[in-house]
Amino acid sequence: MSVLETRELIIDVPGRVSGRALSLRIEPGQRWGILGPNGAGKTTLLHTLAGLRAPRSGQVLLDGKPLSQWRRRQVAQRLAVVFQERQDGFPATVLETALIGRHPFLPPWRMETAADLEQARNALRLLDLSHLEPRLVSTLSGGERQRLALATALAQQPALWLADEPTNHLDLHHQVAVMRLLEQQSQQGAGLCLCLHDLNLAARWCDRVLLLYPDGELCHGPADAMLILEALEKLYRQRLMVTEINGTRVFLPG
Amino acid sequence: MPGVDAPARAYPWTALWVLVLAGVLAMALAVAVGSVPLGAADLWAVFTGGGNELQRDLIWSLRAPRALAAFATGGLLALAGALMQVLLRNPLADPYVLGLSGGAAVGALGAMLLGAGAVLVSGSAFAGALLSTLLVFGLARGGGSWTPTRLLLTGVVVAAGWSAVISFLLTMSPAERLPGMLYWLMGDLSHAGAPGWAWLVLVVAVAAMLPLGRPLNVLARGPLQAAALGVAVRPLETSVYVLASLVTAVAVTTAGSVGFVGLIVPHLLRLVLGNDQRLILPASALAGGILLTLADTLARILLAPQQLPVGVITALLGVPVFLFLLYRSR
Repeated sequence: MSVLETRELIIDVPGRVSGRALSLRIEPGQRWGILGPNGAGKTTLLHTLAGLRAPRSGQVLLDGKPLSQWRRRQVAQRLAVVFQERQDGFPATVLETALIGRHPFLPPWRMETAADLEQARNALRLLDLSHLEPRLVSTLSGGERQRLALATALAQQPALWLADEPTNHLDLHHQVAVMRLLEQQSQQGAGLCLCLHDLNLAARWCDRVLLLYPDGELCHGPADAMLILEALEKLYRQRLMVTEINGTRVFLPG
Repeated sequence: MPGVDAPARAYPWTALWVLVLAGVLAMALAVAVGSVPLGAADLWAVFTGGGNELQRDLIWSLRAPRALAAFATGGLLALAGALMQVLLRNPLADPYVLGLSGGAAVGALGAMLLGAGAVLVSGSAFAGALLSTLLVFGLARGGGSWTPTRLLLTGVVVAAGWSAVISFLLTMSPAERLPGMLYWLMGDLSHAGAPGWAWLVLVVAVAAMLPLGRPLNVLARGPLQAAALGVAVRPLETSVYVLASLVTAVAVTTAGSVGFVGLIVPHLLRLVLGNDQRLILPASALAGGILLTLADTLARILLAPQQLPVGVITALLGVPVFLFLLYRSR
């Protein structure tokens, strides 16, 4: 199992003063939620954590070694990224798309094995996409594409999940199904780091929360301590109401 | 739902064998057809060492080298097209879109204008192609990073510049040199030299591309996704760009600027075989070779004894086929 750690990290958001440095550890089994208004830098932070974007200063370490010293392929064997935006300029089927999650594990000359195919099929089954295997991605709905992106990451069997709004475009049933699947992954030892817009998903499924303010300020800690009405109202500059259902806090815009 | 499933690709390697067989048949047709037609029995006799002197001469000195040159050129162009389309993530890219053929044309026409011989014209075309490649890459990189869009725009504008220089050269040329120049610009195989090194480059390029097939499949999903899946994006893109440019330069040097092969062949194959680069790249090389071999055979016999530049045939076939595909794909 792998650990992702930041030391005095300042992300590079163009045109923003540096703000506060971030030092945290995403340990196996932890479920981090990143919350913040539009433009606070959630996606930039996620890409920086994945090593896809250089920080302004500070370091990201994977298992104690700076990310920049890892080969991309080795990083991809431990860490999966689910992006908010996807390109599909060329036709590809659903099964082929899930199968590219096995890419980091295959030597250059090798074709995918039966075991790889089985893993891809299994990922599609868990995301309720088996019936769409031969379909072209360009014919899928937004929610189906979102689940396919998650299936590709699942086929990667990562020790760390970095997911940018994993429930984007999903109907209520699939939102819950996806969050349950991610929870299972964390119970099996994976570390999760999810950018979320829905406070209630964070309250229900995350055990650690990072609040990102647009001016570069930030704070993080256990979910119970972070999901406080006053802090969240300041974060979103929006009056909120809170109630409690079955022991879970529920937030509504006021 | 009809029409939304991908084309069947149950037997991907069968497609390659079918293409190899079609390639052999196309070559046989190319050496059999012409002012002196040869039957299957004649061909067999010549290939097994028999036949009369005229037949042997016809095949070994004239038709076979030309058919081989056509096949290699078509294969190179289609391979370069398939690579450029993945690199620029634009299914409408072709090997010439980055101004490479313009640079080669200026080199070749300049040499012709000065009355240079065939070898110098070829060398000059190759130098022009490489110069254009470096120019486009250097300019697109600018402050250190290039994106497919920047590369494409730079290439298109540089190509426009070359085409102005070509017009200038044509205007300045004495009338007796013009036909040769126009044939070169349309693409013409009647002066193609020994096809040996075009074949060498083709085989080496296809072999070099095979291990890159899967990374290219991932790259087609966008650079961020590819990097997240462990692809070293920038080195891969750079090597694909260099390789596609070299391959195109060799093709242009062999046959002038033959259009549409690089655009149409990969596109057609994708419709039938899907978009796995491990299959599409070698299949493009084979199908491009077949297309240009057949087109060149048509160019030789259509208005015999007059020979057409093969580029006219590929364009006349290519334009309607492509427009039809585009129309249907909506």
